[in-house]
Amino acid sequence: MSTHIADGAADAHEQLGHSEAGVHQAHAGEKAADWVDGRLGIYGLAKANLRKIFPDHWSFMLGEICLYSFIIIILTGVYLTLFFQPSMAEVVYHGSYTPLDGISMSEAYKSALDISFEVRGGLLIRQIHHWAAIVFVAAMLVHMMRVFFTGAFRKPREINWLFGFLLLFLGMFDGFMGYSLPDDLLSGTGIRFMEGAILSVPIVGSYIAMFLYGGPFPGDDIIPRFYTIHVLLIPGIMLGLLVAHLILVFYHKHTQFAGPGRTEKNVVGMPLMPVYMAKAGGFFFLVFGVIAFVSAIASVNPIWAYGPYRPDQVSTDAQPDWYMGFSEGLIRIMPGWEIRAWGHTLELGVFIPLVVFGGVMMVIAAYPFLEGWVTGDKREHHILDRPRNAPIRTAFGVAWIAEYIILLVAGGNDLFATHFHMSIDTITWACRILFFVGPVIAFTVTKRWCIGLQRKDRDKLLHGRESGTIKRLPHGEFVEVHVQLPQEERYRLTAHEQYAPVELPAEVDENGVKRKVKALDKLRAKLSQGYYGEAAQIPKPTAEEHAEITSGHGHH
Amino acid sequence: MTSQDNMSEEHLPEAVGPHGGAVAVHDDPFADPGLPPHEPRRTDIDERAAARAERQVARWFILSMIATVGFIASYVAIKPSNGDGTTGVIYIFTLGHISALNFALGTTLGISLFGIGAGAVHWARTLMSDEEHIAERHPIESTPEVRAQVFADFRQGAAESGFGRRKLIRNTMIGAMAMLPLSAIVLFRDLGPLPEKKLDTTDWSAGKQLINMNTNEPLQPSDITVGSLTFAMPPGLNPDDPNADPTFQEVIATSALLLVRMEPSDIKDAKSASWGYDGILAFSKICTHVGCPISLYEQQTHHVLCPCHQSTFDLSDGGRVIFGPAGHPLPQLQITVNADGNLAAVRDFTQPVGPGFWERS
Repeated sequence: MSTHIADGAADAHEQLGHSEAGVHQAHAGEKAADWVDGRLGIYGLAKANLRKIFPDHWSFMLGEICLYSFIIIILTGVYLTLFFQPSMAEVVYHGSYTPLDGISMSEAYKSALDISFEVRGGLLIRQIHHWAAIVFVAAMLVHMMRVFFTGAFRKPREINWLFGFLLLFLGMFDGFMGYSLPDDLLSGTGIRFMEGAILSVPIVGSYIAMFLYGGPFPGDDIIPRFYTIHVLLIPGIMLGLLVAHLILVFYHKHTQFAGPGRTEKNVVGMPLMPVYMAKAGGFFFLVFGVIAFVSAIASVNPIWAYGPYRPDQVSTDAQPDWYMGFSEGLIRIMPGWEIRAWGHTLELGVFIPLVVFGGVMMVIAAYPFLEGWVTGDKREHHILDRPRNAPIRTAFGVAWIAEYIILLVAGGNDLFATHFHMSIDTITWACRILFFVGPVIAFTVTKRWCIGLQRKDRDKLLHGRESGTIKRLPHGEFVEVHVQLPQEERYRLTAHEQYAPVELPAEVDENGVKRKVKALDKLRAKLSQGYYGEAAQIPKPTAEEHAEITSGHGHH
Repeated sequence: MTSQDNMSEEHLPEAVGPHGGAVAVHDDPFADPGLPPHEPRRTDIDERAAARAERQVARWFILSMIATVGFIASYVAIKPSNGDGTTGVIYIFTLGHISALNFALGTTLGISLFGIGAGAVHWARTLMSDEEHIAERHPIESTPEVRAQVFADFRQGAAESGFGRRKLIRNTMIGAMAMLPLSAIVLFRDLGPLPEKKLDTTDWSAGKQLINMNTNEPLQPSDITVGSLTFAMPPGLNPDDPNADPTFQEVIATSALLLVRMEPSDIKDAKSASWGYDGILAFSKICTHVGCPISLYEQQTHHVLCPCHQSTFDLSDGGRVIFGPAGHPLPQLQITVNADGNLAAVRDFTQPVGPGFWERS
């Protein structure tokens, strides 16, 4: 450097990197940042992101709960691996939990008992791990609902929707494998169920079962194999998806609700540093703290109470973790159905629920593409919808949730029977009927409800809100004075867009030749009519309508 | 494509233009009034309120520190619980008797975490600026110039590689890449044996005595009273000593039996009655739905219910399914009494036990 400076100070200054140029003013932190920037070029990234603007709404923190519970699961999971033995070798228990003294069990179960009773704080970490998993899947589902009902999945965020869907799907399965690992009586029953489900797959079922379990059920391999999948394979994939999910959130910039000054072309909110670093960073500790507290006072999966797994034993009230409950419901309400022909058995009573399970999940994944196709809309959307302004979407989502809840109830039909003193056959039959009828009712009610709310909005926009002031007119009539909504509110309630339904071209063209309209186009026009036709949305008031009514001095 | 081209554009709503707040509000009652001015909070204008907020934040952080000390103290001082309630258990109102160590560690850890979180959030909400800023969005999709450049670059690269022109290279490369994963698939072959007849048979065979699951003794007809439910297993197994038979779990997973006795006149199925002994019938305990062990017996109706998915079988009628998702009857084991007066199997089950599968005939 000294030679450069000798050549000419101005010239040398040009060539100096900031790491050297700033040396006089820089304190230690800046020097360290310069060191990193000289090697990674982080300042470009920091410039774009340190003061990145995030909009504020309570529902935007649902995704944060997912992220934080995932981190909690990883932290506690690593701790558990230090003590857990994923082995199905049989040992005899002589630990400090006296009721199981002298009982033979797998090493996996014994080490899970040891974590609960010998390792100080082991039970707490186990319970935090399990509670966090329960919260994780619940938060993902609710976060997904938020994204769904506000239309946040629309262009350009469809791919991020798919990433989120995959995270939900993988999270459910990793949860299932996680609670299967202790090899207790309850989880072993879940693994046995999985074998039965796999066996029902036509042609390849028994091969997959033999390969997965390493021989006839239960074998010695399933716990170690689940362990590798549970702690390495699936979390690894999920971590990748999670990072991609977050990068896309940053890249797309967050969506926002309509409001004064908020448009499709901007994002209004507060900067990442310092507000969201403190709020979001602090929120991690809040989530962790609450889950730790819950784990202190509420027992989850008390494996010592179930005993070790034996394929010929079972407890009543056997229930999976809640997020597997809807698949359990599918299995329980399906009537027995087996087709035997040509020396083969098609176990439809198990296989159909398996397929429907996939279908119920896939519908979520596919929805953004269906709606994008119906609207034909190729523009970006960053302003969120209010659920009422997309009645069909909202109704569809609520129908899905209704189906999910019905299946959850069906999955716990034995508990409902014992707790409410009802016949289990009646509950099962009710769930069978509701499986088909429930979503239809939910759809219809929600759609009507949304349209009713749209009418209410329109009424408020045109006539204003009720002021509570009663005015007596000169001829004796009493009227309630209505007050116009403030400008901000009027804008907020009308900021949404209303599509016109797609129409098919005329049946004959200008030369009188019959036009061929593809079946797919007809379907699209029909769906579009259902989505945006007269029966599905109330037109927003126009400025003229507003002028006409307000010019009459406030009363109709 | 055509459908979208000729249908979409005119049916879309007006594109929303950028509003800066300078819109002529008088003309349009629904126009965007723009971002309202920032309203200062009390802590923004009152230094004493700000100082109070600072102390509140600090209090949260101090609480967290105290809780961490409490965590370490609990870890050192409190004994773990042992399950029979003699050590390490405390009574907490509404929670009942719970592990003292778990309760102490969980609450202190919870408070030390929550304190940091509450302090940080309170700091952000009271002392950090809550002024809203506007950042512009930019379209995600690239400009037409960039698009054209990328396509041109790609075409040039593709042309230079000769990928499209040299068909021999292209086809052999695709072939090699398509075949390579086969090695990976082959590697998984040794995950487990082929099914062959493994799912078709159990441990039962002619002459094997039925061993009482609870007493480990052979069963005699007099051990089984009308209305009772007894579980049995093949001989040579010892549930209490796993080293006696390392395949115990696999054997019991297929061969567990449930034995019932009913008045011979109550048995509706003649073949089923003839496979039993004096009203004693032996059925597979493994549910034909997905393999749970069946354990709930209703002696008045002779129904058994699987607790997992509520498949219900009528044992007086050949194990027929009367409710629930199971697809076929419970298999029955033909039994007799041997020279010692003990119950014994005549042969193995004549059909596979447990859930249905493709090869099951």
